[in-house]
Amino acid sequence: MIWNTILLALREIRRNVMRSVLTILGIVIGVAAVITMVTIGGGATVQVRQQIASMGSNLLMVTPGKRLGPGQSSGNIPFKQADAEAIAREVGSLKAVSPVASQSVKAIFGNQNWSTQVTGTDNSYIIATNRSVKSGRQFTDSEMRSGAAVCVVGETVIKKLFGGQDAMGEKIRLEKLSCEIIGVLEAKGQSTMGTDQDDIVVIPLTTYQRRIAGNQDVSMIDISVQDGVSTEKIQKDIEQLLRIRRHLSPSDDDNFNVMDMKEIAKMLTGTTQMMTALLSAVAAVSLLVGGIGIMNIMLVSVTERTREIGIRLAIGAFEREVLLQFLVEAVVLSSFGGLIGIVLALTSSVWLAGVLGVPFVFNTGIVLVAFLFSAAVGVIFGYFPALKAARLDPIEALRHE
Amino acid sequence: MNTLSQTNNQPLIELKGVTKVYGTGQAAMHALRGVDLCINEGEFVTVMGPSGSGKSTCMNILGCLDTSTAGAYKFKGVEVDKLTRNQRTRLRRFYLGFVFQGYNLLNRTSALENVELPLIYRGAPARKRRAQALQALETVGLKGWESHTPGELSGGQQQRVAIARAIVTEPEVLFADEPTGNLDTARSHEIMDLLTGLNRNRGVTIVMVTHEPDMAAYARRIVHFLDGLVESDKQNGREVS
Repeated sequence: MIWNTILLALREIRRNVMRSVLTILGIVIGVAAVITMVTIGGGATVQVRQQIASMGSNLLMVTPGKRLGPGQSSGNIPFKQADAEAIAREVGSLKAVSPVASQSVKAIFGNQNWSTQVTGTDNSYIIATNRSVKSGRQFTDSEMRSGAAVCVVGETVIKKLFGGQDAMGEKIRLEKLSCEIIGVLEAKGQSTMGTDQDDIVVIPLTTYQRRIAGNQDVSMIDISVQDGVSTEKIQKDIEQLLRIRRHLSPSDDDNFNVMDMKEIAKMLTGTTQMMTALLSAVAAVSLLVGGIGIMNIMLVSVTERTREIGIRLAIGAFEREVLLQFLVEAVVLSSFGGLIGIVLALTSSVWLAGVLGVPFVFNTGIVLVAFLFSAAVGVIFGYFPALKAARLDPIEALRHE
Repeated sequence: MNTLSQTNNQPLIELKGVTKVYGTGQAAMHALRGVDLCINEGEFVTVMGPSGSGKSTCMNILGCLDTSTAGAYKFKGVEVDKLTRNQRTRLRRFYLGFVFQGYNLLNRTSALENVELPLIYRGAPARKRRAQALQALETVGLKGWESHTPGELSGGQQQRVAIARAIVTEPEVLFADEPTGNLDTARSHEIMDLLTGLNRNRGVTIVMVTHEPDMAAYARRIVHFLDGLVESDKQNGREVS
């Protein structure tokens, strides 16, 4: 009986190509949309985590100005190099403390020019920001002291000004400063904020202050904490020290801000998770719309199918045989649609992940949820109208208009 | 159903005081008001009567497509009213065949597959099923039309497919509800010749509803319905007691 019923179900699917295709289509679109969105969203989250890890999670950033919210500040009395030196001297368990001053400057070589971030700092910057010099060398002490016209540059600058050619020893011009390239930094890729971390020219802080900024200001202090040391305690120590150095009375608010990389990480992860949730909501709507599509097709064909049920009952089919046939039809269509949807979703996810440059993260949970949901919709709307019809007397089902 | 053995003097079909009421209370519509009817094996009975006289309702009850409100219906001595839904389905599956005015074939389904359908429910093996279906189609004169769907066949051809579907299981009784209702005169006579042949040559008991006297004349026995009751019951022009 089972095999005969399955045979009848498959015949019915084959005969009603249009109805079958439309039903499958609803499921395919729903499943594919949800899985793709969630997979890409998951990939983006993983990417953000990787980028944060590459920045170094034990990084503290000290910026002048009141703290307004995560990553925002306003109104600042800049730091001096002496502040960085004081931190390095008086706070323990630090790996590197680097004073940083930077601004956007047009770099020129021959007839090429490129607007880049010129950063005045010292060698500890490379440690603090988790970078390394790929070729060439760092600054010497004497270059640091004397404010020599030397620079270590990022990959992007090499690409834009030299077309990726070896640029060691060449001189690029930064405003009025002609500056010799002594080293190239290891590529680091995009930052979590979306800026290109390789679009950078590093010069000694003294050189920057004298030849580019024309003042003694330090706009930020990057601090790298030793592994396994609590950043919270160090954060407090730095705050205390800076309050004294900046002559703040106990009633004053901090006019600087010590930011823990972990906070930034949390914030950014939160943002991508929010995006994923939003995209998933959109996708869930498409799954729902797909479900409504299936429902419509099933309900529209109810009249015809009720007559069909009447015919089958009249010529001697048991109620349970008719129901089993409809159930098999619904299950076959739904699972077929679901499988196509999954294949489509995985293909487009891999492709999209490539285009958007995020890692492809396979999420078994969402594949299951999407598949089960659409299968449930297909089965419920395919089966229940049939259930109603199969309970009628054959003659009533035959008369159904 | 093997217990359904027939004794010689027992009628095949026996109705006693069968009523059918649609709706309740004020809106109640009495389609049958107490029908008594006996049909013996091998008979060809025509049921006639004006619209709303209850002839179709009566036949649907006889064919176990519908249930009566009150009264007794015995098929081969078995009280049909006391059977469960599944038992009545089994009765249709193994003993009864139907031909409807509107053909009631499955759309987009070939003539062969339509005729095979009752055999599938009987669980016949594929090869035997196919052979029997082809044989039935040949009997109704549709050899060569097996792969055509109802949409590709004329009304007369569709009705012949329906008859093939009804006889492929070799039922004991064939119920035909206005089988010629949608057909022109020439096609109607073809269908009637087919039914008469089945009755004579195979001994199939036939109960046919019609309102056309020409078609009714093929039968030896004519039962007239009026207002939910049997008005007259004549065999070869003589009253059946």
